Amino acid sequence: MNPALRDVLVFLQSWWVELVSGVVIVAVVPLVAGYLVLMERKLMADMQARLGPMRVGPHGLLQPIADAVKLLIKEDIIPDNADKMVFWMAPVVSMTAALTAMGGIAFGPAFLVARDINVGLLFVIGVSSLGLLGIVLGGWASNSHYSIMGALRSTAQLVSYETAAGLALVSGLLLAGTLRIRDIVHAQEQSGVWFVFLVPVAFFIYVVASIAETNRAPFDLPEAESELVAGYMTEYSGFRWALYFLGEYANMIVVGAVATTLFLGGWLRPFPNVHWMNWLDALPALFTAAVGAYCVFRAGKQPARVQVWFMWGVALACFAVALILGVPVLPLQVVAPLKFMVPGLHGAFWFLLKISAYIYLFMWLRFTLPRYRFDQLMHLGWYILIPLAIVNVLAAGVAMILETEYGWNRWLALVVTTLFTLGVALFLLRLNDKRAAAASSAAPPPEEPSTEDSYAG
Amino acid sequence: MLDKVIFFFFAGVAILSAGLMVTRRNAIHSAVFLITTLLATAGIFLQLRAEFIFIAQIILYVGGIMVLFIFVIMLVSLDVALRQVQFSRQKWVALFVTLALAVEVGVMLWSSRKVPGQGFLLPNAVPAAKLPPNTEALAGSLFSSYLLPFEIASVLLLVAMVGAVVMAKKRT
Repeated sequence: MNPALRDVLVFLQSWWVELVSGVVIVAVVPLVAGYLVLMERKLMADMQARLGPMRVGPHGLLQPIADAVKLLIKEDIIPDNADKMVFWMAPVVSMTAALTAMGGIAFGPAFLVARDINVGLLFVIGVSSLGLLGIVLGGWASNSHYSIMGALRSTAQLVSYETAAGLALVSGLLLAGTLRIRDIVHAQEQSGVWFVFLVPVAFFIYVVASIAETNRAPFDLPEAESELVAGYMTEYSGFRWALYFLGEYANMIVVGAVATTLFLGGWLRPFPNVHWMNWLDALPALFTAAVGAYCVFRAGKQPARVQVWFMWGVALACFAVALILGVPVLPLQVVAPLKFMVPGLHGAFWFLLKISAYIYLFMWLRFTLPRYRFDQLMHLGWYILIPLAIVNVLAAGVAMILETEYGWNRWLALVVTTLFTLGVALFLLRLNDKRAAAASSAAPPPEEPSTEDSYAG
Repeated sequence: MLDKVIFFFFAGVAILSAGLMVTRRNAIHSAVFLITTLLATAGIFLQLRAEFIFIAQIILYVGGIMVLFIFVIMLVSLDVALRQVQFSRQKWVALFVTLALAVEVGVMLWSSRKVPGQGFLLPNAVPAAKLPPNTEALAGSLFSSYLLPFEIASVLLLVAMVGAVVMAKKRT
């Protein structure tokens, strides 16, 4: 055989899983992002006592598809004075970074997209942070004041909060002792507890910083619609705008996955080592079956025939998933050969459930909290979160030394150091209040906050 | 075969975009091509199974330094800068330095062609899959054999940071 052809075949043979998963990610993530938007709108409607999208499909279930079609057939406008090449490239960079970062995530033990590289978590963080380049370049290339203001804000915000997020991850990684995704989850399985209970302060810092990194309210300063129209995407329309949007939602999934992997036990079910909790294995099947049953219940109340059929379709899909998840865990001799599927399938279920909970938290915060002012955002980042994160890393390190060198109980060591970190947090907050009080009493406040006014908008 | 294709792809992209980076008039375009160069170099690191250096290159250079470069370039008014007289007039000096560097690299490669385990083309290279985990190896050597240089470099960076803060604060 031709050696070149043989090389290609060998390559395909050893890498086909990765190639197929790459295609699946590129194909599925836009759909998921669309449905996240729908979920967000529905949640917002629920919290504001409205119904939200109801027209397209039953309960607006087909709204994302309608939105996608609308965006695709919209006119594609490029401003005359824009830098064409960079303008064209920027949204692509943003989306590519987010989708590439997803390649490093393990959606369950069987759904590892890339090979388990030994810098796994670092790869995800590093590549997802490249999305910032897309935002900055897009804001510059649009040649518009609102855009460049949004881009500048975005850079300042991300550079500040990435430090805090990275330091928060470090204290989790200290406990895990590895960067490899599979080993991180394995370390949590062995210690019998999710790391969020061991280093709660780090988890809190990561949640705050990841909200800022994904440009979501209350830190959505780069695209604050009441100040900057739409920030860096002001001049974008149609499909390019959709790419930015896609990148943003893909980024939400990525930060959710990082938090889940490191702090929330990855694909492990709750209490993975406790035997009398094994009934939790039935939960995935019961959950999906309950969703299906609800769809059947609602199907009768739909006004149009098509919508009834659609509801039945969704219900059948739910029942099928419930069967796949449920049959292998039945205590029967017949299904014993299917047992090998359980870790993979249930792992994916729990992983996706945890990411969804994380994203739900994001949306909940968005509808609850008002937007920060830019100088407040910078103060929170530099005066509170980063010092706290540094202290937290030190505290976690001290706790590990106390445990390994002085034979302390792990819980005792971590409780002591966490309390110390919380004390430092209180101190920082009081210091900040004092500084603010001093600043306001010393001089009448200037019209612009003094330190960051060059990019405060 | 495939290794060669991947290597020449990354190397070609790196050289091409390095050339474009030097020749572009627009500073942002230069920055974009510098990013491409850095990413392609990172790709070569990854091909050598130096995962940690690959990701450090991406996080530090592309995600950190280049973002700050672009940040600064955006704040500078480009039109004014383009109309001013460029101060980069050391064409002959640059040519001389480049030639000297090229000769040096060539001589090094030529003289090391006979040394076992070094040189231009390695006949019996260690298969990359057999190498020890890169991150752990790097951390081990940084914190054992090279502890003092590592600490000196850290202190140097700290001094630079403090100096920058002091200089920035002086004006207000």
